[in-house]
Amino acid sequence: MVPLSYYLVLSAILFACGVAGFLIKRNIITIFMSIELMLNAVNLTFVAFAAELKVLSGHVFVFFVMVVAAAEAAVGLAIIISVFRTRETLNVDRVNLLKL
Amino acid sequence: MSLHLWIIPLLPLAGATINGLLGKRFSKSLVNAIALGSTALAFLYALWVAIQFFGLPADQIPHIERYAAWMSAGNFSAEFGLYLDQLSLVMLLIVTGVGFLIHIYSVGYMAEEGGYYRYFAYLNIFMFFMLTLILANNYLLMFVGWEGVGLASYLLIGFWFLKDSAANAGKKAFITNRVGDFGFLIALFLLVKHFSSLEYETIFKAVASYPIESSAGVLTAIGLLIMVGASGKSAQIPLYVWLPDAMEGPTPVSALIHAATMVTAGVYIVARSNAIFNRAPIALMVVAVIGTLTAIFAASIGILQTDIKKVLAYSTVSQLGYMFMGCGVAAYGAGIFHLMTHAFFKALLFLSAGAIIHGLGGEQDMRKMGGLRKYMPKAFWCMSVATFTIAGFPPLAAFFSKDEILWKTWASGNHVLWLIGIIAAGMTSFYMFRLWFLTFFGEYRGPAPETGAHGHDADSQRAGHAGAVHAQQDDAHAAHGHGTPHESPMIMIVPLMILAVLSFVGGWVGIPPALGGSDRFDHFLDPVFKFNAEATPTAEGATLPAEPAEHEDRGTELMFMAISVAAAAIGFLGAWYLYYKRTDLPAKMAAAAGGLYRLVHDKYRVDELYGAAIIQPILLGSTNVLWKGIDATLIDGAINESAAGAQDVSDGLRQMQSGNIRSYAGWVAAGAAAVIAFMVWKGVR
Repeated sequence: MVPLSYYLVLSAILFACGVAGFLIKRNIITIFMSIELMLNAVNLTFVAFAAELKVLSGHVFVFFVMVVAAAEAAVGLAIIISVFRTRETLNVDRVNLLKL
Repeated sequence: MSLHLWIIPLLPLAGATINGLLGKRFSKSLVNAIALGSTALAFLYALWVAIQFFGLPADQIPHIERYAAWMSAGNFSAEFGLYLDQLSLVMLLIVTGVGFLIHIYSVGYMAEEGGYYRYFAYLNIFMFFMLTLILANNYLLMFVGWEGVGLASYLLIGFWFLKDSAANAGKKAFITNRVGDFGFLIALFLLVKHFSSLEYETIFKAVASYPIESSAGVLTAIGLLIMVGASGKSAQIPLYVWLPDAMEGPTPVSALIHAATMVTAGVYIVARSNAIFNRAPIALMVVAVIGTLTAIFAASIGILQTDIKKVLAYSTVSQLGYMFMGCGVAAYGAGIFHLMTHAFFKALLFLSAGAIIHGLGGEQDMRKMGGLRKYMPKAFWCMSVATFTIAGFPPLAAFFSKDEILWKTWASGNHVLWLIGIIAAGMTSFYMFRLWFLTFFGEYRGPAPETGAHGHDADSQRAGHAGAVHAQQDDAHAAHGHGTPHESPMIMIVPLMILAVLSFVGGWVGIPPALGGSDRFDHFLDPVFKFNAEATPTAEGATLPAEPAEHEDRGTELMFMAISVAAAAIGFLGAWYLYYKRTDLPAKMAAAAGGLYRLVHDKYRVDELYGAAIIQPILLGSTNVLWKGIDATLIDGAINESAAGAQDVSDGLRQMQSGNIRSYAGWVAAGAAAVIAFMVWKGVR
């Protein structure tokens, strides 16, 4: 059996990759994918702990996260399309309307 | 039995409230009805009270009415309560009676002024506070009236507030009075500290067990501090400077507030506090000396004034000095007697002067008057009664009162004070007859009537009577022509006549035994001033202030009366010679006297001295230290600097909100990392 720490390390690496991608990349699609990566890194820790501790709530959480991620993907992609239509770009540095 | 004394002050208050709040929309006759009606009712009620008072059994005097507790803290408490004894009864009748007459007169005098309702609201509020002052049964309520009349005085001096000099005179009066009130307040604190009460009854009973202080003690301190307050309110040296300037107000105000009633509040409170003063001979002596010095000092200034109202103002200061002189030799009855006659004849003088000023369209300079006898005979006769009264010719009122003061001063052994007083009496006679001759005799020196130039054009700028508000009166006068001096309307003359009668016969209530009278006024007031005299435990080495001996040779008293009359006659003859017979002489004498003349003419430059010694340093200190130093630099600086600091910090924080999504994400990641680091470091589970 693979020890728990392996899963956690893998999950941490995936999460760090997600964060790095989120911070570094300029393309919204890539950023979006980085978010998915972070979510799934968290999912991995959930199932790892659920298997290790023999409790079901970890699994339930994973399903919740997957549902939320699906919903988020739907809304997020819609926003991305809308942004692209109005600004003709997917570069987040040029989508800076949040500034005061 | 309750006399419902509270009705008396509340009537004018109601009048003031109605007129003050709604008067702007009222017609003049309605304003008149409210203002005069409330005062007249107060006067009638006061008369009724007086009649009831004489029916009271002796053990119910003073008659005290308590209405409600005002404040209480620890063992100290003050209440709303009124106090009626012989002294407050006399004051009550003077204030309501003379006040009512002056209300009537004002209807004529102010007829063409702007702010008519405002004027009467102020007059009524003055009546309310003055009545509170004289009827209160404790020092604290009295102090409310004391401050209130100061407020009313301020408002009325500055009635033509668009004119700088009037506004400044109002401020001067108020601030000078504050200096005196400061002393008065400390006196009240001392009273609270030593007697735990401010009620007259309690204090005077407690004081009765005190020994007479042969050296300075607490009663001396209280007495002196009360005198500080009294010298502010009653315009004595060194705080008299505000009263002459107060003549900027309308003339009826000068008559009511700055001659007949308010300025006598100081005399009243000294007489009221006689229990304290009787046990503090040093304080009493100070009162007498200040009064005497003021009497001669102000009289000497009055000799050279050219503004008719200024002469009367200095005369008021001087006469108030006499009252303090009387109180200071423990002849409180004589002081109050003079207060009463003075209220009559000084109100009459001011109102006659007002009639003259009114008849000349605002002219106040006596050098531009003259020969007015044939233009305004009624005013002339009224003024003549007043002039002969104040000069002290028998059998007019002031002869008896002033002479009683002088006689009791002599009889109490203060011969120097008597001598100064008699010289001042001569001066009084001189400057009053100077005014009389300059105004009514000789040729009219104003603008010639036939040229059509009417009184105002040339002089209204200078004359204090004319103000910006006053301009509309000028127009109104111009409309009906103001070429020749004219008599005033009957509504102004009738009060003059009543006051003239009072000034004539008012002294007969106090004819001394030496002249076959029985000094009824003094004996009427005796219970107030002998209240605790019998219960005095005489301390060693100190005696009660000498009671003027009744058994003293009547011949001596008659001789002193003759001296007084002689002094008055000398003053009359001097004025007659200089201002009627040889009108060229005064100018020559002025030239000959040179520096002395200019010194007196400039009122001894006391205003300039105060300006240089007190006002300028305070102004400089306020400007440079308090304003520019503390206020502008320290307080404003602290506020401005903290605001600027907040702005700088915000400027820095604003950089975080760049609009760049990735930098936001970076902050979130950094924050999350910081939280995780913290949890790892602390080991939180």
